[in-house]
Amino acid sequence: MTDIESGSRVSRVWLNAALPTLGAALAVGLWWLLTTVLKIDPFYVPSPPDVVDSFLRTPRYLLEETWITVQRVLIGFGIAVAGGLVIAVALAASRTVERMTMPLLAAVNAVPKVALAPLLLVWMGFGNSPKIVMVILVSFFPVVVSTMAGLTSTPADLRELARSLSASWWQTFIKVRLSWALPQVFVGLKVATPLAIIGAVIGEVVNPDHGLGSVIVGSGTSSDTPLAFAALVLLALTGVALFYLMAVIERLLVPWARAIAS
Amino acid sequence: MITVAAASRTFKGKSGRVEALKDINLTIGEGEFMAVIGRSGCGKSTLLRMIAGLIKPTGGEISVAGERVTAPRRDVAMVFQRPALLPWRSVQDNVLLPVEIFRWRRSQHVRRAQELLEMTGLAGFRKRLPHELSGGMQQRVSLCRALIQNPKVMLMDEPFSALDALTREELAVELQRIHMELGTTIVFVTHSIQEAVLLADRVAVLSARPGRLRQIVEIDIPRPRSFGHNAHLEQVADASAELHQLLLTEEHLPITPQAAGRVHS
Repeated sequence: MTDIESGSRVSRVWLNAALPTLGAALAVGLWWLLTTVLKIDPFYVPSPPDVVDSFLRTPRYLLEETWITVQRVLIGFGIAVAGGLVIAVALAASRTVERMTMPLLAAVNAVPKVALAPLLLVWMGFGNSPKIVMVILVSFFPVVVSTMAGLTSTPADLRELARSLSASWWQTFIKVRLSWALPQVFVGLKVATPLAIIGAVIGEVVNPDHGLGSVIVGSGTSSDTPLAFAALVLLALTGVALFYLMAVIERLLVPWARAIAS
Repeated sequence: MITVAAASRTFKGKSGRVEALKDINLTIGEGEFMAVIGRSGCGKSTLLRMIAGLIKPTGGEISVAGERVTAPRRDVAMVFQRPALLPWRSVQDNVLLPVEIFRWRRSQHVRRAQELLEMTGLAGFRKRLPHELSGGMQQRVSLCRALIQNPKVMLMDEPFSALDALTREELAVELQRIHMELGTTIVFVTHSIQEAVLLADRVAVLSARPGRLRQIVEIDIPRPRSFGHNAHLEQVADASAELHQLLLTEEHLPITPQAAGRVHS
């Protein structure tokens, strides 16, 4: 995500908003062109107008389903981030704990979550809980790994400075290592955000009740491809919105990171 | 103020033991400015870190103000080659970092921080972040950070070598001013003969592999000294020539006993 730095503030905001919109418009235009020129059956790939029509048939219903999925994503992501940060701090603090726990975490992460979804149905049934658990399982590992990387990457000159000031371990951790790790933490958060959405959708597809994943499954049963596409577009928009939300929070909390990198 | 008695340091490397320093004997008096100069690999940074308490000597003993050095001390401040400023803190907060770590009362030291920043010409930059400052300015901030501890001793490890030549000269002149004003004991590691002759009362010349004290050269030029035209150009040239000779020839000459034991009065 690159910004145009030169020029007035107004022109910068305009360019930052206009260029992505232009890119999206071109992509949609290309999609429309292909479906029209190649005369693709809407059953296989609907054209943009078909998708918009499908959305406009039941907008409130689709937005409600989107909101349900988003809620699950946010709750699960919140828990994953909180838990992931705590685990990462514990692992970075003690080599012993790290050596004991890291292989377990890697093993849990390696199991394809799709395989776990039916088990979640057995353990937790339908409803919000199994979806939220799925979100947590899918998104906590990147948070842990990137936070640990950030905590262990403190530059040597800062560590030596802390030692020369006879700072305690705790002082060094709070005053130096934690802030230094923040940019890396945000890398992990940005990776975990789309994974969180994937987790929610997997949960909803395997155990459908509400949410956009359920809509997609339902539309398959009724061969309503435009509806499925409408749900996909809504998912994509949700993903983009959450990703950029992370980026904005990063800009606010860690304004110095971009300055160092540039 | 600082006594280095038969200090040695050997490192265990992958291909055997490396004797970085061997049998260094040095006495530095209170308020003295001692430069330590030598080629790369002669152990001058190791020596400084032993005085700082960051590394332990494998032989011999080092004491500061009569006490044996075992760990970093609050009355000994260190300035490194890189400024090592915390990028998320303002200039003023960076200067106040030692105050926070030592758990002193911040309110009592804010004024001192501002005075130090004014003294080094950074008065208008108190609230800026480090990345908004040039390399020379950042190094000045790290100098202020060292001075806020009111240290008895300042240990400086090639503090200007990451800067361009003109900024180096500017900061060297400023350091001379600070030394004349505050009278702190300073041990200054450098590989610049120019800086050593400008700043030091005595210059310890180390030879490499293993690091040994080759000679101590007295610089008797009156202060304030300056680069460029001054009344003592001949003495500056003499001292520089002697240091060049010592650094660029290979034979290990024995040190004269008088020079090693002399204390600056």
